[in-house]
Amino acid sequence: MALPAEMTQPKIMKPTRDVGIVGYGAYVPRYRLPAAEVARVWKEGTGGTPIKEKAVPGKDEDTATMAVEAARNAVKRSKISASELRAVWVGSESHPYAVKPTSTIVAEAIGAVPSTMGADWQFACKAGTEAFQASMGFVGSGMADYAMAIGMDTAQGKPGDALEYTAGAGGAAFLVGPAENSLAVIEGSYSFVTDTPDFWRRANKPYPEHGQRFTGEPAYFRHVMGATESLMEALGTQPSDYAHVVFHQPNAKFPMRVGKMLGFAPTQIETGLLVPTIGNTYAGAALIGLSAILDVAKPGDLILMTSFGSGAGSDSFQFRVTDNIETRQKLAPTTQQYIKRRTEIDYSTYTRLRGKLVMK
Amino acid sequence: MQVSRHWRLQQQRYALVGQVCADCEEKIFPPRGVCPNCAKETSTAFEFSGRGKVYSFSTVYTAPAGFEGSAPYTIGLVQLEEGPLVTAQLTDIDNDHVEIGLDVEMVTRKLLQDGDRGVLVYGYKFRPVVPVWETELEDELYALA
Repeated sequence: MALPAEMTQPKIMKPTRDVGIVGYGAYVPRYRLPAAEVARVWKEGTGGTPIKEKAVPGKDEDTATMAVEAARNAVKRSKISASELRAVWVGSESHPYAVKPTSTIVAEAIGAVPSTMGADWQFACKAGTEAFQASMGFVGSGMADYAMAIGMDTAQGKPGDALEYTAGAGGAAFLVGPAENSLAVIEGSYSFVTDTPDFWRRANKPYPEHGQRFTGEPAYFRHVMGATESLMEALGTQPSDYAHVVFHQPNAKFPMRVGKMLGFAPTQIETGLLVPTIGNTYAGAALIGLSAILDVAKPGDLILMTSFGSGAGSDSFQFRVTDNIETRQKLAPTTQQYIKRRTEIDYSTYTRLRGKLVMK
Repeated sequence: MQVSRHWRLQQQRYALVGQVCADCEEKIFPPRGVCPNCAKETSTAFEFSGRGKVYSFSTVYTAPAGFEGSAPYTIGLVQLEEGPLVTAQLTDIDNDHVEIGLDVEMVTRKLLQDGDRGVLVYGYKFRPVVPVWETELEDELYALA
């Protein structure tokens, strides 16, 4: 596919000071709602299902508590003290408060307060990777030595809507710091953004709306391809250079299709493709795919990640894994460890856990 | 709900921060003015590892005000590996799977909320330990990558 006209001369985002991922951590709640349960209730069991099952948060979980656990895992792997963080940034579509930061709850719980920035990010499903890019700039400029970027969601799906099959829960935290202390060096990033209303949630509304098929070609595929192709062109890479690649994964088909369009083989995508077993974790989706890849990555591996956020835009990143990876992988639970911790629930339990019952 | 009351307890509730006695090195939770072991004044903060074992437990079916939405749930007496006994909700476990001696770890979860307009209160609960690296699964994945 040819580059869009406006992107013929991509300029890579890379700070003057080399930066990398110093620590990372995932979190997935324990409950799983099989897609077949949604089909049973709303389609009499007929029709296909876009995934096998999705992760559902417990009654006492929200984006803040899930971000705390992922952040603690990232700090463990980094081997630094949380008090060295100068930013704790949380990207999500499901912040517990409309007004009051999630990030201060997380920063307080992990011991990063008070000498730190705290901010909540919002850009649909790419809020977490935006925070990641900001962390690169923050550390790369020398304003900070360490910054934390988290993408985490307890996604909302309207009962009976197509998104109810996939709207999952989970995400990952990344601690960005100097390249010399990193487990993966960030070799560059690229953002591709336009005003494309493919999916939105208006203020004070509990569930999002979406543009049906409009979410495909003009939204997901245009932006994911635009960002990924621009990044690869600027860095002079080709698909075969990468050991692993992860794309935003609203369902299982989109990332596999865009991977094929870009020239990647299914084997390069499989490790980071978690949507079939945990659903679409929105702001956490690309990032938790990256954490699953880092769990098994080897020194020297080249990794590509491209997120997608409705509204719409994509952030693309290239990472090169360092020798530090092998000792740090084992310092916190792996992504698959959380996925394996699985308790299946039925639709009625799901409605209780997600607060869908009118109590008064 | 008194916001200030919960705010004052945040550190101990979010991250299990107690004290260590500077005199006899007794680990103390919750924090207090005097060491329960040697009766000396205490002031040194100490963050507990969060690891422990279920010492005893009971399942609550008729919950007090503010906790009705969580019932039925199990309250545990957890013996922390540093010594103190802590009372807390157990989470991420079915009530009929709890047993004395179960290895648990601290997690920060929502404790209660002040209606649909007030603050959310977060704090410690305990859940079965999530293993860091289960050799069989992770080694297999690592070999395949």
